[in-house]
Amino acid sequence: MRKRRFVKTLVGAAVVAAFAGLAYAQQGKPVKIGLLATLEGPFAAGGQDGMRGAELAIRERGGVVAGRKIELVKASSDAKPDVAVNATRKLVEQDKVDIMVGPLSGGEGIAVKNYSKTQPGVTFINGGSGAQATTLQDPSPNFFRFNTDGGQWMYGLGKAALDKGYKRVMVIAEDYAFPYSQVQGFMAEYCKLGGKVPLKAWVPLGGKDYSSVIARIPKDVDALLVVLGGADAVNFLNQYEQAGGDKPMIGGSITVSQDVLNYRGKRRDSLVGTLSAGPLADAYDAPEWRKFVADYKKNFPDGYPSPSLFAVVYYTNMKAALDALDAVKGDLSDGHKKYREALSKMTLKLPTGEVKLDQNRQAIGPTFITEVVKDAKGNLFNKVLRRVDNVNQTLGTDPKEFKIGSRDEPNCP
Amino acid sequence: MSAANWRNAMNAGAGRAAMLNRGATVALPAPRQLSFQWPRIGARHIAALVFLGAFPWFATPFFTYQIAAQSLALGLIALSLTFLAGYGGMISIAQMTIAGVAGYLMAILGASAVAEISLKWPWWLAVPLALAGSIIAAAFIGWLSVRTEGIYTIMITLAVGVAFYYLCLQNYSVFNGFQGFQQVYAPTLGGVNFREATPFYYLALFWSLAGYFFVKYLLRAPFGIALQGIRDNARRMNALGFNVTAHRIAAYAVAGAIAGVGGVLFTWYNGLVTPGSVGTSWMINILVIAVLGGMRHPIGAFLGAIVFVLLQTFAIDMIDRERFNLVIGVVFLAIVLFSPDGLLGWWAGLKTKLTPRGGMR
Repeated sequence: MRKRRFVKTLVGAAVVAAFAGLAYAQQGKPVKIGLLATLEGPFAAGGQDGMRGAELAIRERGGVVAGRKIELVKASSDAKPDVAVNATRKLVEQDKVDIMVGPLSGGEGIAVKNYSKTQPGVTFINGGSGAQATTLQDPSPNFFRFNTDGGQWMYGLGKAALDKGYKRVMVIAEDYAFPYSQVQGFMAEYCKLGGKVPLKAWVPLGGKDYSSVIARIPKDVDALLVVLGGADAVNFLNQYEQAGGDKPMIGGSITVSQDVLNYRGKRRDSLVGTLSAGPLADAYDAPEWRKFVADYKKNFPDGYPSPSLFAVVYYTNMKAALDALDAVKGDLSDGHKKYREALSKMTLKLPTGEVKLDQNRQAIGPTFITEVVKDAKGNLFNKVLRRVDNVNQTLGTDPKEFKIGSRDEPNCP
Repeated sequence: MSAANWRNAMNAGAGRAAMLNRGATVALPAPRQLSFQWPRIGARHIAALVFLGAFPWFATPFFTYQIAAQSLALGLIALSLTFLAGYGGMISIAQMTIAGVAGYLMAILGASAVAEISLKWPWWLAVPLALAGSIIAAAFIGWLSVRTEGIYTIMITLAVGVAFYYLCLQNYSVFNGFQGFQQVYAPTLGGVNFREATPFYYLALFWSLAGYFFVKYLLRAPFGIALQGIRDNARRMNALGFNVTAHRIAAYAVAGAIAGVGGVLFTWYNGLVTPGSVGTSWMINILVIAVLGGMRHPIGAFLGAIVFVLLQTFAIDMIDRERFNLVIGVVFLAIVLFSPDGLLGWWAGLKTKLTPRGGMR
């Protein structure tokens, strides 16, 4: 059967290629790093910027770490967990990477973490995914995450809201894991300090009509916590304005994007004072951050005016992978024993601050609280109010009592 | 089987019935087309079986699992479409939905990472129930769509598939919404862990061969012959006294059983099931696999799956990382453009060119 023979030849050729690749890795010095991001699907633009961030970390070292050349093998997924695992499996088992960096989105992260347990010889470092369960539930001994998660990104916002006098807040958020964690990050502190959240409205992902939600907004709340993607937040603002709403807004980490800041409606001025929080802030004034932004622009003229969230988290994780490799002088022997120890114990210095890992190999790092202000030309931008350092994954509560955020957790009506 | 063949078969069957009615005592040999044809197994079949059986012993675990086992599982789902479309004339886009019903039932009835929803029933209970569920779902989709033809069948099955996708995406109490179910793993039986590459490959191979021979058998059984008759001329079959609607719904149910087995395997292969597993991209991928391989023979589904999986896996190595979908698209286009009947048509064309008396069997 000729078609079988064709397949067999193809399989044979690929097997030979795989072995050739393996032999090369052992003789020569290059260290192979796999990089997975979403180059297709809904996060394609984010994935591309994530790749830029990771490449920036490699270029900073001139493509060499501890005397070993860095060989980068890229792969793509479309934000679906099964596709991400297939792409990771190819990088690990076929391309034989030593270190794996990725993936980008939450569900993918959990799936790749589960897969990492079957590959104890490879060290997995997260890319951009921020699901809480990845490191809180059933963590994997060889999966490391140097970026903070969706809950950590909002920690500190509760206190800022109370400082502004918002004692009662209604939540309007999309109905899946990432907004759950964002709302939890806000409420964990807000409820503890005496704030009340009488009502939470969970809207379907990709929904365009918010009229039923707007009709339910109680008169006695002081502000609205809106955790919607940037474009959807503009939709909400439009409809809320038409309904005659006037409550101030508090935004999630991806809510007060450039889309919202460019909003031209009558409520534009009332956006001034909108609080939000996240792992980075474009207007952060530290010289390290300014230098990082300048490097990004110089290296990627086709990139964004300022590195996006995904560029920063991929940069963070790739930098961690390389810094630890440098610390152990490229020694990956004994099943990466020394390397993993270095990763677990290192203090990673980033343009945004310092990051350490907890016992589940999850980042403890900084969060920025920002407020929308108007500059001299009348443009709106996010000003940094303050930086909250050492935010941990359980948001300051006892790890034994901590429950992963959901529709009903936490709760303080 | 060509139209002429089934006509012969029908006539042979009718002749036999007529003779029996007349009380003839002569024992007639069963019509050739109605019996499963064992004698056709030749050297090439044995060679193919030996190759498939020995595959894990010379291939890497990666090839055994990600390429071969994934192709077999996807091929099985595509086989259900080949059966429906190639022999029943009904193009259902919802075959991945039916596979997804089986996958979701496995996750809900069996064990998964979502402890609040999964019932943790043992696999021997969960698997038959998942298959029963997929057969019921398939019969339901069939019942909805059988009275339509051509593009309308495509539209209605697409609508059902998309509805199921949104149900999975937005229902949290049963389907766990956007996150779906992780850690839906194949069981360990008598010390053999079916999550591992080689055991899982043999499991997938066994069910793929079972599905393949089942379809081959069915196509020569009276049911399959009648189905092909309905494909070619439904009105005439109706006039002959066949219940066309019932036959079509039954064909959907049979395809549902095949897709269900494929769905359970594919869920075990991925170790998870999420709304993305039943989204439009996968629904269309199954159609692509079936068309790519060719619908004139059940083997086409598996050939299409192998090409599809190889491209999905290795296209990214051939070209700029950001543009690899271009390769996949161009290859698909080229195959369909140069051979409207997929790889099988291309193969048959090649064969007739090389051997004057050859042809596709």
